Amino acid sequence: MLDIFNRKQKKKYVTLPVHADDLSSLTVPAVKRCPRCGERTQQEDLNQNLKVCPRCEYHYPLSAGERVWMITDENSFEEFDAELAAADPLGFPGYAEKAAQAREETGLNEAVVTGRATINGYPVVLAVMDNRFMMGSMGSVVGEKVVRALERAGEERLPVIMLTASGGARMQEGMISLMQMAKTSAAVERFSRQGLLYIVVLTHPTTGGVTASFATLGDIILTEPGTMIGFAGPRVIEQTIGQKVPTGFQQAEFFLEHGMIDRIVHRREMKELLGKLVALHSTGG
Amino acid sequence: MDDIRFLDFEKDYLELKTKLDELKDMAVSKNIDMEDEIRGLEARVADFKAEKYQGLTAWQKYQMARHPDRPTTLDYIQALFEDFIELHGDRCFGDDPAVVGGLAWLEEMPVTIIGHQKGKDTKQNLERNFGCPSPEGFRKACRLMKQAEKFGRPLITFVDTQGAYPGVEAEERGQGWAIAQNLLLMSSLQVPTVSVIIGEGGSGGALALGVADRVLMLSYSVYAVISPQGCASILYRDARRANEVAEHLKMTAPELKALGLIDEVISEPLEGAHRDQESTYREVKARLLFNLRELKNQDVGELVEQRYERLRKIGIFNE
Repeated sequence: MLDIFNRKQKKKYVTLPVHADDLSSLTVPAVKRCPRCGERTQQEDLNQNLKVCPRCEYHYPLSAGERVWMITDENSFEEFDAELAAADPLGFPGYAEKAAQAREETGLNEAVVTGRATINGYPVVLAVMDNRFMMGSMGSVVGEKVVRALERAGEERLPVIMLTASGGARMQEGMISLMQMAKTSAAVERFSRQGLLYIVVLTHPTTGGVTASFATLGDIILTEPGTMIGFAGPRVIEQTIGQKVPTGFQQAEFFLEHGMIDRIVHRREMKELLGKLVALHSTGG
Repeated sequence: MDDIRFLDFEKDYLELKTKLDELKDMAVSKNIDMEDEIRGLEARVADFKAEKYQGLTAWQKYQMARHPDRPTTLDYIQALFEDFIELHGDRCFGDDPAVVGGLAWLEEMPVTIIGHQKGKDTKQNLERNFGCPSPEGFRKACRLMKQAEKFGRPLITFVDTQGAYPGVEAEERGQGWAIAQNLLLMSSLQVPTVSVIIGEGGSGGALALGVADRVLMLSYSVYAVISPQGCASILYRDARRANEVAEHLKMTAPELKALGLIDEVISEPLEGAHRDQESTYREVKARLLFNLRELKNQDVGELVEQRYERLRKIGIFNE
């Protein structure tokens, strides 16, 4: 179901039909240019470096599949509810087409992937959002999958690791989307009451209704360097206050400074830290 | 007619009504018998009124919901309750005037009341930040909800905001965190809760006071995930298409009732709550009492279970 480091990237390697001895000079690997420092890195090297710029440590965005691969033990991931897909409950103009296009482009059925996996041998339930699917917006399916993941983790007494990435509630489902904020928050409350661990990793970007619900209710809230986090987006704020927002505003570092998150974790160290945290909570309390 | 603030679409109706009043005045002052004319015009005004207000579009209702004369939380508090004592502050940072809260009697019941507070003119609106809460407002609400729970007092919330305040300070003090905490708390609060959408229910900032055992909504109130203007800007890059988007968003009380997202529509006077406030207050009070008395008879554990089950079921998808 999940195609890790999806095929699209592979297509960027242009291979020309040539003699074997010319191969090295004519196989042109795609080069990525860092949006922060401008450093050019070969795709392959970038992948090796977990898509972190070797010069400035800029963390490139990742798909849900890449994130699963990055933080779980090899081949341990078993997906839940992969078949859930968006309906169009309000008959909202263009929604069905947009959702179909997102499915086509991402190979995913929705903006969150949930399942069971192990991290350093410890079983966990995992939910990973993918910003490429309609900006990671939360409609009925995201709400339902998040709640089901929490419920299954509760039944099996497993910790939940939640990686968020979202532009907020999905406006095409109107108030049904808004209510997913209440539904997911209520499910976190039920899960937490059982004394089980809920870790959130805020990934770039996490905003709107997801920030104002399950993303900020973690026992422990982690994030990657440079992650943009917020309730209102910078454009809305600029329109409201009539001036530019300060540099670095709403980035991970800003929220660490203001006491809103526990730690900023480099992508390279994320799996190890998650493993340690899960281990610390594995003695049954 | 000068002293009432009316919406564009009401103009012709109000003109007709003014004519009727003038005719009546003239009949009295000049002592002429114009009973037939008056009766005829009265019938016309009544028909016109019914036709006008029964056929309001979602966009027109949105305007009604935001009418500057529409009763606010403090109006309802004053009209419906006895001995209201306002309580201030979030015990962390400050007191947000965009949210009011306190204690009062509703007939025989001591209750906790919390609501968004808009102003009625520019000066008041500046003081109240146009009814847009900062994190302190949500945290004050959170504190008062826990207090209600401690003393077993039912909670009543009034929802009326265009949304949580989108500002730099609000972000740095954790706007999203504050809203999320309220959603979590309200979903499990161990007292009966009733929420009334009295005007504008704007997205997360509204929902943060709006999770309850019973959600009641005045008939011209609106409740939406995004403002129609905001939605039109994203969808068509043209905020002027808000009136058409308002229909798609299904933001009116009857539509939300049909979707099962609210429990009751409270009928307003045809011309809106602000034109006949007394009858609106009577109706809201009656529905609050009815619902609270019913909820108070239930075991609170069962109540919280039902509240959760209701939230749990919300969502329409393909499987």
